[in-house]
Formats: sequence, structure tokens, C-alpha cells
Amino acid sequence: MATILEVHNLVKKYGDFAAVKGISFDIQEGEIFSLLGPNGAGKTTTISVLSTLYAPTGGDAVVGGHSVSKEPMAVRQLIGVVPQDLAIYDELTARENLSFWGQMYGLSGKALKVRMDEVLDQIGLRDKANQRIRTYSGGMKRRVNIGVGLLHRPRLLFMDEPTVGIDPQSRRAILDSVKDLNKQGMTVLYTTHYMEEAQELSDRVGIIDHGKLIALGTQAELTHQVGENDTLVLHAGEGDDVAALAVAVRALPNVLRAEVTDHAVTIIAPEAEEILAPAVTKANEIGVKIHSVAIQEPNLEAVFLHLTGRALRD
Amino acid sequence: MKKVLLIGWKDVTLAFRDRAALILMLAAPFLLTLGLAFVTGRFSGTADSGISDIAVVVVNQDGDQIGNALVDLLQSPDLDTLLAPSVVDDPALARRQVDDDKAAAAVIIPAGFTASIIPAPGAATAGPLVQLEIYGNPTRPTTAGIVRTIVDQFLSQVEVSRVGAQVVVTQLLGQGLIQPSDAAQVGAEVAARQTQVTQGSPSIALKSTTGDVAASFDPLAYMAPGMALMFLMFTASNGGRTLLSERAQGTLPRLLVSPTSSAQVLGGKVLGIYLTGVAQMLILIGASTLLFGLKWGDPLGVVALVLAAVAGAVGWGMLITALAKTPGQINAIGSAIMLIFGILGGSFLNIDYMPDWFVALSKITPNAWGLDGFNTLAMDGRLADLGEPIAALLAMGALLFAVAALLISRRGIAQA
Repeated sequence: MATILEVHNLVKKYGDFAAVKGISFDIQEGEIFSLLGPNGAGKTTTISVLSTLYAPTGGDAVVGGHSVSKEPMAVRQLIGVVPQDLAIYDELTARENLSFWGQMYGLSGKALKVRMDEVLDQIGLRDKANQRIRTYSGGMKRRVNIGVGLLHRPRLLFMDEPTVGIDPQSRRAILDSVKDLNKQGMTVLYTTHYMEEAQELSDRVGIIDHGKLIALGTQAELTHQVGENDTLVLHAGEGDDVAALAVAVRALPNVLRAEVTDHAVTIIAPEAEEILAPAVTKANEIGVKIHSVAIQEPNLEAVFLHLTGRALRD
Repeated sequence: MKKVLLIGWKDVTLAFRDRAALILMLAAPFLLTLGLAFVTGRFSGTADSGISDIAVVVVNQDGDQIGNALVDLLQSPDLDTLLAPSVVDDPALARRQVDDDKAAAAVIIPAGFTASIIPAPGAATAGPLVQLEIYGNPTRPTTAGIVRTIVDQFLSQVEVSRVGAQVVVTQLLGQGLIQPSDAAQVGAEVAARQTQVTQGSPSIALKSTTGDVAASFDPLAYMAPGMALMFLMFTASNGGRTLLSERAQGTLPRLLVSPTSSAQVLGGKVLGIYLTGVAQMLILIGASTLLFGLKWGDPLGVVALVLAAVAGAVGWGMLITALAKTPGQINAIGSAIMLIFGILGGSFLNIDYMPDWFVALSKITPNAWGLDGFNTLAMDGRLADLGEPIAALLAMGALLFAVAALLISRRGIAQA
């Protein structure tokens, strides 16, 4: 497989604030690569630099042999971008939006028309193509937002958190469409803060936090970093003192980590079943009512917790 | 260039699908014009012009041939329907009647007015220059303008008579038919006879003058372009707002990660505002022509003036965009500028009656230059008569756009 994207020590600063602090990775053609990290980790800034929206402050990236800092126009011909927020015109129909954006990428005439129909089929909106976007549901708008990025058959598609704020059904449809696109040969760089999406879609995952790439590899490689440890999650009520519970649980034998995540305490231990009973006892002692318990196999959430001491949703 | 056209056309489409914008672009100027037309009696059907019985106060301190001729003209049966003149002796009283809104204008003929034009018998030259005064009511710009036009036409005829007398005397002297010592007396007699002819014959200049006024001084011809130009400023600032809105909505960054330069994006946005403004003006002009039978004048002149006026307005719109930080700021500044320019540029009041500084300041507005041009066309002017307003509007547009483009580039507004 050829390398479609090479990122070398990429830095992006806004004044004194460094949003991206020297990250490096590459993506092979035909791969789905996910950048997984919490909000504010630097995912969107990274995509903005790679898509030539912002010039890098330091380092460089090469897309299909073209430098993003020196040949931005050549890079733009090769990439498609699906931004996190909707970037389509509400008062135009889906067909008019696709026509406008297709022409901005140099498509015209019959080729444009054929491609528009293909994309409308792909996003399942051909029968509603002549309705204005403002009449669409949130999920339908998201699909048009994705369709715009696919029109010119980009070699590398950047998808920046495309499932944020939508219903489960639309989310499922988007994840399936990403997999379909990949089966058709499209390379995808996908950013998300949902561990499940990264696990489901990705060939490889880069975990990003505070502008740094803190882990990179296949899921198996990443979860191996956590070892064979289990993750035990104790869900408490809204008013309960889960911080006190976390402190108490850390004192138990064989507990490797215990961190607060929302109204829960996430515990990493070699055997979750061994920890469960003493942890619940501790909860009763300090007056925390446990609503539910979950035991998870090693996953990317555990990897992130293991590496940062924080949950992805923090 | 194709991408510039695509972005421009997309913006025109979006502008004409925005209901709120359509209300301000088309419905508001149309309804305001309609309302003002009703107020001024445009649709009363009592006279050709829709205006009648204009109260005018006349003070004749001259009491000589030309002063008397002007009073007779204003009281003539030919102007009976149009004017309702009253004669008083005191100029201060006449001005007070105007100030109290009891008259549209006062015509004050100073003492020595005739003598300042025609040498008195035995005198070699005319007396010192004295000026006839028209004291207009700024709250009645249209009717005051009619009085001014009538008096202007009369004075033109007097000037024709005076020049005619000079020519006759020069020719008689050249041919040796009179002696130089008799020249002044002969000139006075010729001028007096010409003035008498003017005074006594309604079939020549005076009658046709009043006829022209009735036919051409349609108040809508002043109000419709005034309102159209004022709301053109809304279109210009609203168009600029979309540049910042697109940045906030994410479509501008998306454009900038497509193979499109920021110059193409800015060019497309400006083209879109320009085309929207031209379409707005032409729709308003077409609608008022079809529905009110309004005659805008020479079609070529109208189109050229519209193209130039929109350029001037777009220049201001881009400058507002370059100075504002948010779409909301553009809305606020744009609305204020629209109203200020409407007042300053003469969309509400005839600025002919304003102080000199006001008139000079009005020249910064596309409204003033545009109205100047539309008034010229309404008074049977042609494209060739529009050189000054068109040149001023184009220069205004070019200068403001250059400044705006510089500011936009420095502030990175057309970038992500």
C-alpha cells in the first residue's frame, strides 16, 4: 500500500497557545485512520491544517506527494472534507448544494449530473433532492454535508466528528456509509471522541490529547498497552460523592487505577470480579448508592484512561 | 472567473430566497413610495400632476416691468389649478407663512430687480445686481420645487430677452443705423418690448412652461428613486454581512479548502452583492413603471445610472463589512447608514433647501448622486447628461472597494 498522507512533526500555534504540538503519523491508501481524543485535544485543528485551511506553524504534511504548506491548491484537489459543523446552504436544495460544491471542485456538465445522482443515491436522499435543506431533519442535513465531501471522488477524505449531535439511527447510517466508502477504496481520516466509533471503524488509531499524539497503532496494539486488565465501572447517582469513592477504591489491593468519569468511578484491575464486592462495600460505607455496574474487556477507553488518568469524556 | 460567477450567482439566489431580506429590498421601498404618493395626492386624479393649489406667497418690492410680469404669471389663469398665490408687502411676513407651513414657498422680488436687468431710460448700463429670492418650505420639497421650476423658467425667458436686446443693439450699431449715444435707450426699449411680449402672450414661453411642469413633475419620479436608493444601501450592507455569516456558518472555510482562492471567494461575494443590487433596482423601476405608469426617462440613462449607483452602494457595503467584526454589527451599522444616507442623500427631503454644508456632505452618499441623475432623467435628460453623477458614483465605488479590499485582506476576513 502506498502512503497517502505523511505528517512530520506538525505544530500549530494560535499566538502563544499551541493547539498541536509536533505530531507525526502516516496513513496508507485504503485505510481508515481515526484520531481519538477528548474535546479540545487538537483533532479539528489537525484536520484544519492537513486540509490547508490553516498553514502549519511548524513541521509539514504531505498529501499524495504535495506539501500542505507549499502546494495547498494541489492538496485540495486530492482531498475531501466533511467538517464537524454543517457547512451547506439551508436555502438551497440538496441538488443545488451538490451542484454548487461539485462545480467548485471543477465538475461540470454530464459528469456533474451523473455524480450528483450517484451521491444522492449513496446518501439516500434522491427522492428528496429538490427540497430545500432547511426542511430536512438534522440527520438528513448531516448526510448532505457528507455527500458534498464525496462528490469529486477524493483520494483522502477527512471526516471531523461527523456524528456529533445526531440521533442513533443517523449515526448508524453514517458509520455504515464510512465503511462502504472504505470498501470502495477511499482512504478516510476520521476524528472522534467516541471510543466505540474508533473501535468499529478503524484499521489504526492515533490517540491525541492536549495537542500531542500519545499512542498510535492498531486496536490490538493499543489495548495491549493496558495488558490483560479489566475495567470495572460503578455508576452512582447525581448527588453522590464519586470522588470520595474513587479515593476509597484506590486504597483497595490490586486496584491499578480508579478515576471519576461523569457520575461513575472507572476502575482498572487485573480481575474486576475480585474488586467488585469490596468496592461496593466502600460505597456503602461512604454513603454512595451504586445504580449499576459494568465490567468491560480491555478497550480504547481503558487505554486512554491508562495513558492520561482521565476519561475520554472529561 | 467561472468560480467567481458561481459564487456570485449562488449569493443572488440566496438573497432572493431570504424572505426577511426581500421585505426590505423590495416590499419596503415599494410600500413607502406608495404611501408617500398617496400623501402627496399622486392618486387623487384632480390634475395631471396629482398636485394642485400650491400655496405660494409673493412679495413684489420691484413694482416694475419684470417684477410685475412675474406676479402676473403666478396669478395667470394658466396656473390657476396648480398654484394658489397670495400677494403680501412684507418679506418677513411671507417667510413666516412658509415657516408656519402655510405656504410651500415665498417668491420675494426685491426692489430694483427690473433695473438690474434692463437699464433705466437714460442710463448706459443696468443697475447693481439684486437677487430674486425663493424661500422654500423644506417639509414640502415637491411643491416647493414646482414653484422654483416655474420661476426658473420665467427668469430664463427674461435672460433671453436681455441677451436678445444686446444682440439687436450691437447689430444696429455695426450697421450704423443708430448712434452710440442712443444705444442704451434703444436696448431698453427692445428689452421692454420683449418682456411685454413675454408677459402678454401666454402662447409662448410661459404657457408652455407651466404645461411642461405639469407633465414632468410627477412626485413619484422623485420619491420612487429616493426610496429605491435608500433600500439599495440595505442590500449592499446585507450582502457584506453574508461574508461574515458564511465564515460563522462554516461554508466559507469549506470554500477555502476547495480548490478556490480567497480572491475568487471575495470576488464572487462582491459580484453577488452587485447583481442583487442591480436586480433590486430594476425590479423596483419595472414595478413602478407598470403599476404607476411612472416615467423614469431615457432607458439607456436609467440602466447606466443603476449600474453606477449600485457600484457606489456596494463600495459602502464592503467598507462596512471590512470594519465590522460580526454579522450583527454589520446589521446595526448598515441600518444606521441606510437611514443617515437616506436623510443626507435626499431620499426624504429635498436637499436643495438645506444649508451648503449639508449639500456638500450629501455628496458622500450614493443616494445624492443617484437622485441627481434620476431627477435629470425625469426632467427629460439623456444618458449624455449623466456624466457627472455616473462618474462620481463609479469613482466612489472604486475608491471604497479598494479601501475595503485592503482592510479585508489585512484582517483576513475572506480567510478562515
